[in-house]
Amino acid sequence: MNLSSIAAFLNPVNLFSIRGGIHPETRKFLTAESAIEEMPLPKLLRIPLQQHIGAEAAALVKRGDRVLKGQLIGKARGPVSANIHSPTSGTVVAVGEFAAPHPSGLPVPTVTIRTDGLDEWGPRLPRLRPETASPAEIAAQVAEAGIVGMGGATFPSAIKLNLRDRYPLTTLIINAAECEPYLTCDDRLIREHAEEVADGAAIIAKALGVDEIIFAIESNKPQAAAAIAPFNHPLGLRLQVKVVPTQYPMGSEKHLVQMVTGKETPARALTAELGVVVHNAATAHAVHLAVRYGEPLISRLLTVSGRAISRPANLRVRIGTPVLDIINHCGGLTEDPERLLLGGPMMGQPIATQRVPIVKGTNGILALSASEARKEDMMPCIRCGTCVQACPCGLTPFEMNARIQSGDLDGAARVGLMDCVNCGCCSYVCPSNIPLVQGFAFARGKLAEKQSRKHQQEETKRLAAARIAREEAIAEKKRAAMAKRKAEMAAKKAAEAAAAQEAAK
Amino acid sequence: MTAPTVASGPHTHAVFNVTRTMVAVMICLTPATVFGFAQFGLPSVLLFAVTVLSALGFEIACLAVTGKPVSRFAMDGSALLTGWLVAMTLPPWAPWWVGVTGSGIAIVIAKHAFGGLGQNLFNPAMVARAMLLVALPVPLTSWVAPVGLAGGPDLMASVAITFGGAPIYDAVSSASVLSTLKSGLDAGTSMADILSQTDSLRSQFVGVMAGSLGETSAMLLLLGGVCLILLGIITVAIPVSMMGTLFGLAALAHVIAPDRFPPPLFHVVSGSAMLCAFFIATDYVTSPVTSKGRLIYGAGIGGLIFVIRSWGSFPEGVAFAVLLMNAATPLIDEYVRPRIFGRTRAGKPLELGEKP
Repeated sequence: MNLSSIAAFLNPVNLFSIRGGIHPETRKFLTAESAIEEMPLPKLLRIPLQQHIGAEAAALVKRGDRVLKGQLIGKARGPVSANIHSPTSGTVVAVGEFAAPHPSGLPVPTVTIRTDGLDEWGPRLPRLRPETASPAEIAAQVAEAGIVGMGGATFPSAIKLNLRDRYPLTTLIINAAECEPYLTCDDRLIREHAEEVADGAAIIAKALGVDEIIFAIESNKPQAAAAIAPFNHPLGLRLQVKVVPTQYPMGSEKHLVQMVTGKETPARALTAELGVVVHNAATAHAVHLAVRYGEPLISRLLTVSGRAISRPANLRVRIGTPVLDIINHCGGLTEDPERLLLGGPMMGQPIATQRVPIVKGTNGILALSASEARKEDMMPCIRCGTCVQACPCGLTPFEMNARIQSGDLDGAARVGLMDCVNCGCCSYVCPSNIPLVQGFAFARGKLAEKQSRKHQQEETKRLAAARIAREEAIAEKKRAAMAKRKAEMAAKKAAEAAAAQEAAK
Repeated sequence: MTAPTVASGPHTHAVFNVTRTMVAVMICLTPATVFGFAQFGLPSVLLFAVTVLSALGFEIACLAVTGKPVSRFAMDGSALLTGWLVAMTLPPWAPWWVGVTGSGIAIVIAKHAFGGLGQNLFNPAMVARAMLLVALPVPLTSWVAPVGLAGGPDLMASVAITFGGAPIYDAVSSASVLSTLKSGLDAGTSMADILSQTDSLRSQFVGVMAGSLGETSAMLLLLGGVCLILLGIITVAIPVSMMGTLFGLAALAHVIAPDRFPPPLFHVVSGSAMLCAFFIATDYVTSPVTSKGRLIYGAGIGGLIFVIRSWGSFPEGVAFAVLLMNAATPLIDEYVRPRIFGRTRAGKPLELGEKP
């Protein structure tokens, strides 16, 4: 029985289909057979206080503090935020600003820890028994552990677990599509820790109150699909493996839901409104560790790959490890890379310097050579329509681009700019090498700016109007008081005059 | 360490680019072109060379005048392909200035006057063909019988034909299948007699007949077209809808009035229909971008070809059909759009549970 027939065997149920998409060279062979290695502790860890969507965490430590592994060093602030824990034991050497792992390289509040090599655990979170714990307890534990969506979106997971309060949920989909080329860390995680991932998925399902778990894996990872298949009843729930076609962007949440369930999420809505919640496989593993062992999210798996890396690998790395240390651990660079990225080649972000740290959402470090990047000079659009065929969202990228280039941003929005998911299929296939996605990002930025300016103007106008009204009210009051006093005075005078008259009589 | 790149994804790219696409199309055109050379001898080679080179010359001149990067744009292959397609549609022994004029119309008027690569509303090769046909009806309808490379004129005689304006001998001058049909019908000849005068459907399919330089062999053009589809350069929508409509209408007419209308396969294998279906109508710039739009566009061309061939004043209507549908392309693209994910066709967000 070969692997593809196993994949077919594991996939007895009907799947649906998604529109468009592309089939880039996956280049996963570079690391698909590299077992997960533990990356040694670096000397310094730089832990940004904002590694998630939402408000940044508030620092709980100061320079000179000794911290222990798992100790809370950043406290979630506001409704959408996440806790941050020390990845190892050591001394805080700085709490200040440091370059963000983002193309801008702008400084963000960062805690820098000098590791002491002891890797000494502090008190862990209390363990939970998911068999008996309530959904709220599980969600609280996940929030406490600072878990965020580890596929790259970094949305605080606990908030997604609490969706049960607002929507009638039926299905949990574990996203193990890993559709980005090069990345193999989810594949390795499932192959090597299938039982733990399945358990984590079941814990999430318990918290959501659903009893159907669908494990979606792309067909190019038959070993992972085979590894997870035996664990089909974690915590007594039904876990079903669905092998989905290898087609980018299969891992896009709404597209995966459509592929697996046939349901199309309405524009501007959440998949939860269809009763479906999607969590990443790596998130499920982190949930398993947090609930069963009380371990906060302090490390993650990532793939280091690309032709410019001398020894591509899948590593377990502490959050905050500088990119430079990781690249050096992988034998350094063989050449000056054309692109140095965090994440996959389709949606990853270039970084300005190797000194930036990896964060909770970093699933890969790629050093791409020129032959991999295939960067070419831009040509005029020839209206070939390849972008229209490739767009998984049913948009007309060339037209949006033409409108943006001519300054018609509202026109671009009218034909669907805001429905774009930035997957990059259009730019990938464009024979004229037009940076379409970049143009869309620019236009959205401009529109947001315009929106906020408009908002500001309206706000100013409203405040001015309120002030005039207020002043008017005060003046009115004054006038009224004056009139009253005048009347009183007049009455008094009249009374006095009357009294005087009386007296004169 | 490289200088920081501020670029959004994707950071990799598919293999195909504009130049590779153009080159692939030219490779797919090669069998039919070589067949044309073999049939019509050295004058056709000279005409082809003059047309293609002058197209390149006009392209370079226009790029220089408009201040665009000459070396990069001239080498993108688009001008070569345009010149090539113009040459394919010319009578093979036409004098050199016909080829040069055609290239000039295509590159200068139809392409660069509209703003260059990607901006033209009309297919440049078809603009050239239509303008030449109207302006120079005699050279554009002076067909020759297939003489073969060996049986044709030698080099000196060929140079005289292409560059010297030497008259075409009566012995080799011939009529194309469609003009035979047209004149036959106009003269009131019966369909059976007309069909007996023209080449058999099989030789029309193979291409051993009088006709334009590169249009005679429906078989080799079909082969090239299938290769284009297999390479993913064009989709099946336009060829299928165009040929399907042409065949369907011709079949219907033939059933109703077999005396007045030739059999449907006759339409498919004669004239420029095959070249048009795979290489002309599928031109990226001037055709719609969605599959549904392409089906409409192809059907429009097929229908117009049939109408013009049957009732128009010209025996062949491909160029006019393509130009008319080119004009309709912006309209088709405006109204035939893909449905946006999560929205209805009208652009409103789907209701929960609503089937799009």
